[in-house]
Amino acid sequence: MNHLKLPYWIMALVTGVYLFLHLPIIALIAFSFNDSKFSTEWTGFTLHWYERLLERQDILDGLKSSIIVGLSATVISTVLGTLMALALARHVFRGRRLVEAFLYVPIVTPEIVVGISLLILFVAMGVPLGLHSVVIAHVAFNVSFVVVVVLARLQGMDRNLEEAAMILGADELTTFWRITVPQLWPGIISGAMLAFTMSFDDYVITSFVTGTGSSTLPVVVYTMVRKNIEPSINAISTVVLVATTVLVIVAERLGRDKPLVADKD
Amino acid sequence: MPESAASSSPASPQAGADAPVVEFRRVSKTFGAFRAVRDISFTIRKGEFFSLLGPSGCGKTTTLRLLAGFEEPDTDGGEVRLLGEVVNKKRPYERKIAMVFQNYALFPHLTVERNISFGLEMRGTLKVEIPGRVRKAMEMVRLDPGQFARRLPAQLSGGQRQRVALARALVLEPSLLLLDEPLGAIDLKLRKEMQLELKQLNKELGTTFVYVTHDQEEALTMSDRIAVMDNARIAQLGTPAEIYECPRTAFVAKFIGESNFFDGTARERLPDGRFRVQATAGGGSYVVPAGPRVAEGQPVRIAVRPEWLDVFPPDQVPPEENAIAGRIRDVIYLGETLHVLVDLPGEQRVTVALRNEGQLTRPVRWQRGDAAAVAWLPEDCQVLEDE
Repeated sequence: MNHLKLPYWIMALVTGVYLFLHLPIIALIAFSFNDSKFSTEWTGFTLHWYERLLERQDILDGLKSSIIVGLSATVISTVLGTLMALALARHVFRGRRLVEAFLYVPIVTPEIVVGISLLILFVAMGVPLGLHSVVIAHVAFNVSFVVVVVLARLQGMDRNLEEAAMILGADELTTFWRITVPQLWPGIISGAMLAFTMSFDDYVITSFVTGTGSSTLPVVVYTMVRKNIEPSINAISTVVLVATTVLVIVAERLGRDKPLVADKD
Repeated sequence: MPESAASSSPASPQAGADAPVVEFRRVSKTFGAFRAVRDISFTIRKGEFFSLLGPSGCGKTTTLRLLAGFEEPDTDGGEVRLLGEVVNKKRPYERKIAMVFQNYALFPHLTVERNISFGLEMRGTLKVEIPGRVRKAMEMVRLDPGQFARRLPAQLSGGQRQRVALARALVLEPSLLLLDEPLGAIDLKLRKEMQLELKQLNKELGTTFVYVTHDQEEALTMSDRIAVMDNARIAQLGTPAEIYECPRTAFVAKFIGESNFFDGTARERLPDGRFRVQATAGGGSYVVPAGPRVAEGQPVRIAVRPEWLDVFPPDQVPPEENAIAGRIRDVIYLGETLHVLVDLPGEQRVTVALRNEGQLTRPVRWQRGDAAAVAWLPEDCQVLEDE
């Protein structure tokens, strides 16, 4: 590897950009340990806000809703999105181009429009609002993102790999699980993580279709902020951040190959 | 349809130990309006090194894919048979054959040993046997198991990947091995080495090889028999010597090696059965051997290989040889041979290959512009069919 010495101004620029990106997060983590009710001055270290989390039933309920909605929406949209990407990449059917074109509609539609239209639809169809309506709404805007990510991966995949597996004796299903899925795995994982992030993060659409007792964390936080803000929000955000980071590392490790025979010597 | 029912039965008289490994009977394959393979028939015997040779788009790869089961033949009565059994509708994994792909198609997420063991696992080989067979296959293609077994395909050179792809196929001990231009992506020196190794493996293992290539030299080097394909059909099928020395059409004569073509009209039948042909350009005449495709008054097209031609001063042509007078255009030094380009009447230019006997000690005396005659023995030509 050739180590190039970068000019100082580039180093300074890179440092600046990274600080700009990450300083708010560092501030958030730091102030979650701050022994003051206000996030403006540092008065000392405390774990009080983490203990306080356990008392805030509304935050815990919001977190629970967010996790339920996030996981359900992620699983459903990842499965649907992956299957749809496979259909688009591998099969020629009537209306394929149309399906492909409409894929981008949810991506470019403003969230406020999606939120209102979903609410109108749910009311018109008599669907009661609750966790399930939030899940349906999240799946609706996540599927397109998963398809786009998985499709990109599929298009870069060598089709001969599947043929090679088949001539070696693997039937269609075995080929799919042993060859296609491992090849798509990075795409599926990034699609799923994107879906989970967007679902976990969404406020606008969720606020339209949520019912009583099904508020997700962003909705709870937003409601809190309007009344009074307290650093337990920093604490819950830090918990979420750490959990997500661990998940990403675990997902990355899962994608590696194991040797044929375990090492003994 | 009783006939088709009888002929598609696996218990037909052809099935059994002495049946050809591969048999195509009037097979066609159409993609939409494009006819990739048109009514082709051939058989491949056990242990043969059989090449499908042709330019890109000639149908050779489609033929191989029909054999592998990646494509189904048109349902017009054509049959693909493996060991006597009709396999038109059989999936690739039901065929018990092996294949080496052009780009190797190694599984990027699996190590070398797991790539090689994949087929064994799929075909239900006993677990305890697998590591030993993987090791043996790696040794067969001269890959050190200790060094390479745990590597991922991305950590190998092109030549090493090629060997892994070969080991992955050979470990199955298949009766039939398909190879789709497997040497296309490696450099010339290694390619020559691999050609000889493949030929040797074919003879040692007794496995039938079907080899797709567009490289005529490669096909001549390795094959027992070659099917030259052109425009979705088999233009000619034969041993390398038959293909090279008796090309049936102008396409085959041009595609395999170099050829000079002479057009004329058969004028008269000589007492010994041969024909005297009036050249279309220049007013000369020459003798061609008798054959089913020559008749008085009919046009005749012949091909003569550059090395079967000779150049003489116009007044010194041996009496038994055919000759056409012309002028030297150029002498090209190629090392092993010299190519003498001669302009003939009718804007025709022919190439004469002479063995280089040392230009420093015994130089050829031809110079550009010299009057000269190209000459060949009547039996050293091929009368071509129309394409």
